[in-house]
Amino acid sequence: MTEEDPAKAADREIDEKHDPKSQELLRVRGLESAFDTERGLLKAVDGVSFSVDRGQTLGIVGESGCGKSVTAMSLISLLPRPAGKVLAGEVIFKGEDLQKVSETRLHEVRGGEIGTIFQEPMTALNPVHRIGRQVSEVFRLHKKMDKKEAWEAAIEALRMTRIPSPEIRVGDYPHQLSGGMRQRVVIAMALACQPDLLIADEPTTALDVTVQAQILDLIQGLQAEMGMATILITHDLGVIAENCDEVVVMYAGRVVERAPVVELFANPLHAYTRGLLNSIPRLSLPPKTELNTIPGMVAALSEMASGCRFCQRMERESSLGDERPEFREASRGHWVEVCPECYGGEAHKAV
Amino acid sequence: MSEVSERGSLLLIEDVKVHFPVRSGLMLRQTGKVKAVDGVSLEIGEGKTVGLVGESGCGKSTLAKAVVRLLKPDEGTVTFGGTEITGLSPRVLRPFRREMQMIFQDPVESLNPRQSVRQIIEEPLVIHREGDAGERRRRVDELLERVGLPANSGEKFSFEFSGGQRQRIGIARAIALNPKLIVCDEPVSALDVSVQSQIINLLLELQREMGISYLFIAHDLAVVQHVSDRVAVMYLGKIVELATAEAIYQRPCHAYTKALLSAIPEADPTARRERILLEGDVPSPINPPEGSAFGDRISHPRYEETIGMDLGLVEIEPGHWVARDPCCLSEEDWKKVQ
Repeated sequence: MTEEDPAKAADREIDEKHDPKSQELLRVRGLESAFDTERGLLKAVDGVSFSVDRGQTLGIVGESGCGKSVTAMSLISLLPRPAGKVLAGEVIFKGEDLQKVSETRLHEVRGGEIGTIFQEPMTALNPVHRIGRQVSEVFRLHKKMDKKEAWEAAIEALRMTRIPSPEIRVGDYPHQLSGGMRQRVVIAMALACQPDLLIADEPTTALDVTVQAQILDLIQGLQAEMGMATILITHDLGVIAENCDEVVVMYAGRVVERAPVVELFANPLHAYTRGLLNSIPRLSLPPKTELNTIPGMVAALSEMASGCRFCQRMERESSLGDERPEFREASRGHWVEVCPECYGGEAHKAV
Repeated sequence: MSEVSERGSLLLIEDVKVHFPVRSGLMLRQTGKVKAVDGVSLEIGEGKTVGLVGESGCGKSTLAKAVVRLLKPDEGTVTFGGTEITGLSPRVLRPFRREMQMIFQDPVESLNPRQSVRQIIEEPLVIHREGDAGERRRRVDELLERVGLPANSGEKFSFEFSGGQRQRIGIARAIALNPKLIVCDEPVSALDVSVQSQIINLLLELQREMGISYLFIAHDLAVVQHVSDRVAVMYLGKIVELATAEAIYQRPCHAYTKALLSAIPEADPTARRERILLEGDVPSPINPPEGSAFGDRISHPRYEETIGMDLGLVEIEPGHWVARDPCCLSEEDWKKVQ
């Protein structure tokens, strides 16, 4: 038997286990994205695979620089050009590979079938145009409405996101709104065409907890109403726990663990996931006690090991050496990168 | 309100108000006031931490600046180590400055990119004429080691470091002069979870070793609860509840505190909690409601009663203070404070 790349083997395994009758909406396979820099090609996403069912919420969690946002951008070919490019992989959305479709089709998909919300609402909105014009633009582009119809539709879209007196607010400029209201406008734009998939990249990170609760509640409500699937990208494990069905944990450009949300929090398998879960201050911990930490830091992209990257952070030898750990199903629906130092046996006793 | 105190107090803030004029029109006449901090009293004991929480725009950062006298309060007094520093001139204030330091949220913007890390950490020592060049050099090396930075960091620039390490540089600068008080304004908000816990541990260690007091401002209540002895909840320029960290979390009395607590997403997918969703944002401090600000936000039926009422803090249980506000207390608690 010839040797097979472990990442590819995992993909094949996913394929084989895949039930054709399931409600699969999106499947990402072996996605690799990189940035062309002075120091050469730096791979920010290194063989990422996951799938999302209709109506489901998939959380992607990880620390800054783990490639979660680059993954999201790659899905809809929005990497900054010319530096960023997708090197390999498939993004199958409703049976169609978005990496292969024409630019025109991509334009239809973005904002039409896939809506996006990013962290900072101010950068997603144009400061010199009124809210109404920006929201109605979506309807004019995707639904071919005329100006007046689109304006009316914009008011309705704003009403749907519970912006008070939307008929007055459409005339406002972004700076006249608070952060929470701006994010509602962005949500109104993202959901204007009733997309099948919403990609929300840190949608509430810039907001207060009280406003965060409002916005997440709003997204959940609209999601249930429209039957839309969501990819929720965040660094906040609390947000993941309360909003997601399934979770993908990313570390240094790779998926180290994937599981249904309850399973992941009850039974984290990878040392990195365990480290993350242990390092958050919880209300149940006695005050002023020492928190658990993950020593070291993520290596620079140019110095990433080809073998286990969490072992690299922990400054230990992986017994796999330079070989990439396999991504295997440990129990039903629970996948983990199987580096002996990070998963199973001794690794578990140590934690 | 000096009864809101603990023994061995280091910092005493009494009825501090900071108002900013709002100017508009062609002549930029003053048309109103932003009551950013509107009558706050607080005390921090030696070696203790008071956490300050609230939504953006509630006046947390303004209060922090008034405490270290980066801003002059319009009314009220700030007493530090027994001396009132509210009205002191910059010259007279100088010896107090070295005792009060600050750590900021954004370690990128609060560190000068043109200075080496050594220069950044050495600067307070130079300004306060501490030792000669050789002594300062040794002191900086010591500080680098203390905050857990590699020994060769001094010759690098701040942008060569990750967020967590930059925050360590900020901490090294803040502790250079062995201050008694450090005001931490959202020190870990910009950091990743695993790095956040490293920085929190460092701050706790420094407190144990050096007996530093902290005024710790953050919007993450779980973080605040973890580092604080007492927690003050601020809403629209006023403190609405003040109690030990345990009491705030186990028995919050004020409706706003309850809403804030219920909004924190808990890292437990099986926890089913009742969430109190607040509508809208913090009201503008330019023309705050006449009565209970929070009662107005939740359109409480008893709001009218609170106009003209004294909504100051009362001690509902020993050491647990809450605004005397019928809109924000349960009936039982309201009876207690009558």
